[in-house]
Amino acid sequence: MSLLEIENLSLTIGATPILKGVELTVSPGEVVGLVGESGSGKSMTALTIMQLLPHLARAEGRVAFDGIDILGATEDQMCALRGDDIGMVFQEPMTALNPVKTIGEQVAEGIRWHTKAGRAEAEDRARKILDRVGLPEAKFPLSRYPHELSGGQRQRVVIAIACALKPKLLIADEPTTALDVVLQAQILDLLRDLVRENRMGLLLISHDLAVVTEMADRLTILRHGEVTEAGDTARTLSEQQHPYTRELALASMHVPARPKQHLAGSAKPLLDVEGVSRDYPGRRKSLFRPAEPIRAVDDVSLTIEPAQSVALVGRSGCGKSTLARMILALDKPTAGTIRFRGEAITGKAEAELKPARRDMQVVFQDPYGSFDPRQKVEKLVAEPLHLLEKQPTQAERREMVAHALDEVGLGPRDMDKYPHEFSGGQRQRLSIARAIITRPKLVVADEPVSALDVSIRAQILDLFAELNQKLGIAYLFITHDLTVARAMADEVLVMHEGKIVERGRTADVLDHPRSDAAQALVAAAPDLHRAIARKMQEQG
Amino acid sequence: MTAYLLKRLIIAALTLVLASMVVFAVMEILPGDPARLMLGLNASADQVEVLRNQMGLNAPLLLRYLHWVAGLLSLDFGRSYTYSVPVIELVRERIAVSLPLALIALALSTIIAIPVGVFSASRQGRAGDTLAMGAAQLGVAVPNFWFALMLIYLFAVWLRLVPAGGFPGWGAGIWTALKSLILPAIALALPQAAILGRVARSALIEVLNEDYIRTARAKGLPYRAVLWRHALRNAMIPVLTILGLQFAFLLAGTIIIENVFYLPGLGRLIFQAITQRDLIVVESIVMLLVAAVILINLLVDFSYAIVDPRLRGRQ
Repeated sequence: MSLLEIENLSLTIGATPILKGVELTVSPGEVVGLVGESGSGKSMTALTIMQLLPHLARAEGRVAFDGIDILGATEDQMCALRGDDIGMVFQEPMTALNPVKTIGEQVAEGIRWHTKAGRAEAEDRARKILDRVGLPEAKFPLSRYPHELSGGQRQRVVIAIACALKPKLLIADEPTTALDVVLQAQILDLLRDLVRENRMGLLLISHDLAVVTEMADRLTILRHGEVTEAGDTARTLSEQQHPYTRELALASMHVPARPKQHLAGSAKPLLDVEGVSRDYPGRRKSLFRPAEPIRAVDDVSLTIEPAQSVALVGRSGCGKSTLARMILALDKPTAGTIRFRGEAITGKAEAELKPARRDMQVVFQDPYGSFDPRQKVEKLVAEPLHLLEKQPTQAERREMVAHALDEVGLGPRDMDKYPHEFSGGQRQRLSIARAIITRPKLVVADEPVSALDVSIRAQILDLFAELNQKLGIAYLFITHDLTVARAMADEVLVMHEGKIVERGRTADVLDHPRSDAAQALVAAAPDLHRAIARKMQEQG
Repeated sequence: MTAYLLKRLIIAALTLVLASMVVFAVMEILPGDPARLMLGLNASADQVEVLRNQMGLNAPLLLRYLHWVAGLLSLDFGRSYTYSVPVIELVRERIAVSLPLALIALALSTIIAIPVGVFSASRQGRAGDTLAMGAAQLGVAVPNFWFALMLIYLFAVWLRLVPAGGFPGWGAGIWTALKSLILPAIALALPQAAILGRVARSALIEVLNEDYIRTARAKGLPYRAVLWRHALRNAMIPVLTILGLQFAFLLAGTIIIENVFYLPGLGRLIFQAITQRDLIVVESIVMLLVAAVILINLLVDFSYAIVDPRLRGRQ
């Protein structure tokens, strides 16, 4: 018998239908993947099982857990289930823990609540589960606070909270999306081991087909609140009977066409970074000794040639964003020089930087956060125009905005709209339009597609490729996602602990990594081809 | 932790020094010669000059400032021009009324505000919340002296539970003395509680939307337990900030309230001293009030460190 049975589940919030007739089962010891794009209803399915839905949400159908009718259960019954028989792990580890309570308190709390154990006994059990998830006492005593831990360590604490009482079912909602690939691989291994040890059922929710394929025995694909396809992982992905499954798989592996590849050494460098370091003030250990600085970027040199596309890859915290900020002259290096079109930009006053800024633009990760919500698109996209020598007239300005919007696949009508009227992918198109309106020579893109769904992501990558081919814009992609590097870059730079440890042609670096850091990244990066092949062997 | 506390302490001390300079400078600029004031209109210029020399008013500015500060530090605030007694004696009597009054009011406003904030936040948008916040709106809008008059009418005139005004002194027994402070304290506390309650509510609502509240719910804790154990402590930081800022208003409020209730406190003393141009008394009391506000805000800074481990740094 299945542990979790969802039959014909429909959910509405107010008048908006969220789920339509969803069917899903999870058996003990089984990993079931729930895949879908944002807004498909994945998280709402999870919250329905937990009965932690927002106000005004109404669920119909049948949800049974271990013989208990969840939709008919009282709040007291649900409190008894949550954290005891059903555990849940969330996406954002940085904010999932209470900042004012120690990790010991937070893990022990659920244990005390459910087992009525005393403080000492609960802390003892909390200690054991923290050891189990890879946070040993020597380095992670119960008295640690969340802010003293990194993102990956915090996610381990959240998993410890969810698994402290050996739940029969664990729901993991995008548990690794906010982590870099190496941490992701570690957390997925941990989840796999916990499933095996306790014969726990795992419902793994993710937008990342490769991750789910590696982990899941069966998968369910959700679109607009409806299940489009469900079945064994290997069969579903190898046969790809439903067109949407094929669409997702293709988009996940999408490599845009870039007929003109750029070979290094063919031109004078556009950007020349030479021996750049950046120190941040460290924490003072004593009142009488000055604090030792932390070196975020350590003696980095690199060059980018016109029209060349370079990917800077590395784990989170390796210093890649700090380096990008210095290249964009938003931060000053502690040592070293950065030359753009042969001219030094380090140590220059803001007014002197104007020509450089005109030729160097940026696209950020979060298309939601990088626009002022109270301004119209015309004004937002026209922002960099103040960098031009000769200020355009109102009519010229509109002309230029319309042209830029056209280049990124939006219409001139969109000029008079506000940012909230666009979807995530369209907003990223807007930020690309803003970046290219001054006809820059270099665009720095910091994780430009990691907040996007796979199908949108494929379109945006196509757009980047097209602009590179058509306008000859050089790119510096900052990313921890190797598939972006593989799809977009002529060359890859691998950064580790502030240093560039490897540089070479994309295929060379990603297929035959030499440095330890590059090897670790490549080994941890989920790959859909590889994952399907492995599943085919396992499942016959 | 010690580095944080030390830094706060130094900032508080510097603020105090700066405030003393401002108070001294303002008193210097204000028109009116204390010596002439003490001797009356008929005194000759020579007599005034002699007294000015006696009082040290002719010494250089810096010397007078240092003399004044040295006096403050040794609790010698000088002599009142009008009463001709040491200021410290006047202040000592009055502070025995005002300090308990302010502290009771501060405690009352917190005791009222936090439960109201929790109540409202947990029933966001429902009838109870609307009612509580309506009442709070009224509390913010209505001046405290009007509250005071209503309280006197209800509890002193009508129900005859407490005296309508005056203070029998602590010698009359603690309970008797407290009885005459309770109405003024309530009148002072209500508007403060209204503001604080609104702050507590909005801080809590913000915290209740945080991810870690969902984590706590997923542990199986009931909503009420999550509210008290996880949300409240995180919401305390903005509440403490407002509490510290409000203390200055509370002190200002005592000037009005002590006049309404005819209480022999610092507020009445400063009011009288201003009308009588007893500048040395005004100066001393203002410095005392400034010191009290700085001290309370220093305590608020310290309590941040208790509430929020992120401020304590690595242990």
